[in-house]
Amino acid sequence: MTRFCRILSVCLALGAAAHCAGGTISLLNVSYDPTREFYSEVNAAFSKEWKARTGDDLKIGISNGGSAKQARDVIAGSEADVVTLALAWDIDALHEHGQLLPADWQQRLPNNSCPYTSTIVFLTRHDGKIKVKDWEDLIRPGISVVAPNPKTSGGARWIYLAAYGDALKKNHGDAAAARRFVEQLYHNIPVMDEGARGSVTTFTQREIGDVLISWENEAWLVMEKIGRGRFDIIYPPRSILAEPPVAVVDKYAKAHGTEAVAEAYLRFLYTPAGQELAAKHHFRPELDAVARQHAADFPPMELFTLREVFGSWKEAQKIHFDEGGIFDQISRSRR
Amino acid sequence: MREASLTRSRAAGVESAAPSNPLPGFRLTLGFTIFYLTIVVLAPIAALALKALRLPWSQLWELATNQRALAAYALSLGASLAAALVNALFGSLLAWVLVRYRFPGRRLLDGLIDFPFALPTAVAGLTLADLFSSHGWLGQFLTPLGIKGAYTRLGVVIALTFVGLPFSVRTLQPVLESLDTGVEEAAACLGASRFRTFASVIAPTLLPAILTGFGLSFARALGEYGSIVFISGNLPKTEIAPTLIVMRLDQYDYTGAIAVALVLMIFSFGLLLTLNMLQGWAAKFQEP
Repeated sequence: MTRFCRILSVCLALGAAAHCAGGTISLLNVSYDPTREFYSEVNAAFSKEWKARTGDDLKIGISNGGSAKQARDVIAGSEADVVTLALAWDIDALHEHGQLLPADWQQRLPNNSCPYTSTIVFLTRHDGKIKVKDWEDLIRPGISVVAPNPKTSGGARWIYLAAYGDALKKNHGDAAAARRFVEQLYHNIPVMDEGARGSVTTFTQREIGDVLISWENEAWLVMEKIGRGRFDIIYPPRSILAEPPVAVVDKYAKAHGTEAVAEAYLRFLYTPAGQELAAKHHFRPELDAVARQHAADFPPMELFTLREVFGSWKEAQKIHFDEGGIFDQISRSRR
Repeated sequence: MREASLTRSRAAGVESAAPSNPLPGFRLTLGFTIFYLTIVVLAPIAALALKALRLPWSQLWELATNQRALAAYALSLGASLAAALVNALFGSLLAWVLVRYRFPGRRLLDGLIDFPFALPTAVAGLTLADLFSSHGWLGQFLTPLGIKGAYTRLGVVIALTFVGLPFSVRTLQPVLESLDTGVEEAAACLGASRFRTFASVIAPTLLPAILTGFGLSFARALGEYGSIVFISGNLPKTEIAPTLIVMRLDQYDYTGAIAVALVLMIFSFGLLLTLNMLQGWAAKFQEP
């Protein structure tokens, strides 16, 4: 893929695009774990629209994986034209470690470059043996919870922050109590997969755990693909507003000559058509009109933002996830 | 004159049976060997060392020796050692049975030994985790007995044993095959007991090969990552050194990752060195 892009960019530089590739443009979207299904539909829809608008054939490649790993690959030279990752921190890394895009990338598209949002919910087994309604039910003794590892998974970081933030709010801002809560919660997790998809497999195929903490869209995907009869989605009263952002990777897009189409691709996500697709795949749409139409699909719940509770990703990362941070401290106690 | 020297050298060649230059093109082959080794082996090692040299030493030292890193080395070394010991013992037994006895299905079994070589380690890890998880084929019987083979340190040892097995068996097999049973018979004829025959005749001959197999499976286990991420459940208590490298990379902590990588490289190097010395020491016993 990368090689193809490189060959293509050389062709463009020679001004021979039409002869070399027959008017085919290719675009690489490096994304995080649970967006496979959503972006394969977006790619088809946008290619069609682009063909109608410009007459060019557009081939969009997609790569999925743990958010941080994907960002690292792009820094190391996987030449993505656009990135659509789980959290802003990983796109910040593209600026900090690779100078691939400017520091203010998040101001370039509406809603802090988040065309859709999501949240963190629970999935339980339908047998009704375990009743779970709220976060504090997850730390009951004897309950086994499945969630990915915050060190490797972006979704897992949102999960951790959702649990911590809820405990903070319930205890009127008492950080020690919130820390105790996440410590007890992670004591109940017998296996932490590398990414969100891995945890879904552990919970559904290997039948480990009573509760899976998951992205809202991933939970719905399980319901649709594996069967509604076997699992139930539980919406806790309060959770975090997860904001997965998107960005054009300036350096690579410039080299490939795909800046215009890359930006159009991301802007397409904000159009009613793109927003409909997002809603269909259970991402919360940013556009009010579409959100209202799908209000029934997204039960009302109190959603707090990262900014409101943790300040910024930089701070959250340093205090909670970096080596020696709170997550390490609570993990050490179980060694 | 020239002819005379040729004949002399020919004669010398016949006499010593190992002339100084049996194959032509010594310089070419040496040059190629060094070039190939440089590209394939030395370049990556040098790149890692160079990268480490550019970093401040105090920081590197701190990152290489903090509590978390030490725990990861301890588990990596401990589990690899355990797996290599298990393989040295049971792998030798397997090799013995495969070489010395004839039974139906022997060739099939012999082929199966290579299975861990061929199987992608990620698949091995997934399969083992499934097998030993509380709902798995084996796990459902073992878990009630308190033996948890998945998502524990025991699981790490199981996976490392699996990937290291072929090394033990395959290094020992050729040596066993070339072992002359006549020597054992002679020992028996001279009145040696079974134990004496084993301890003084068989064991010393096999020891270098067993040590090599042990060392190879130990080294293999030290570097294993693919199967461990699955069977370890990615938990802090089952964090091996290669996992720590990946976790640090995920935090964009390149310095921390290099620090651990460097320590692992030194371990492997030291291991291979010790192994070579041990082999030299063991080879002395083989002299008549």
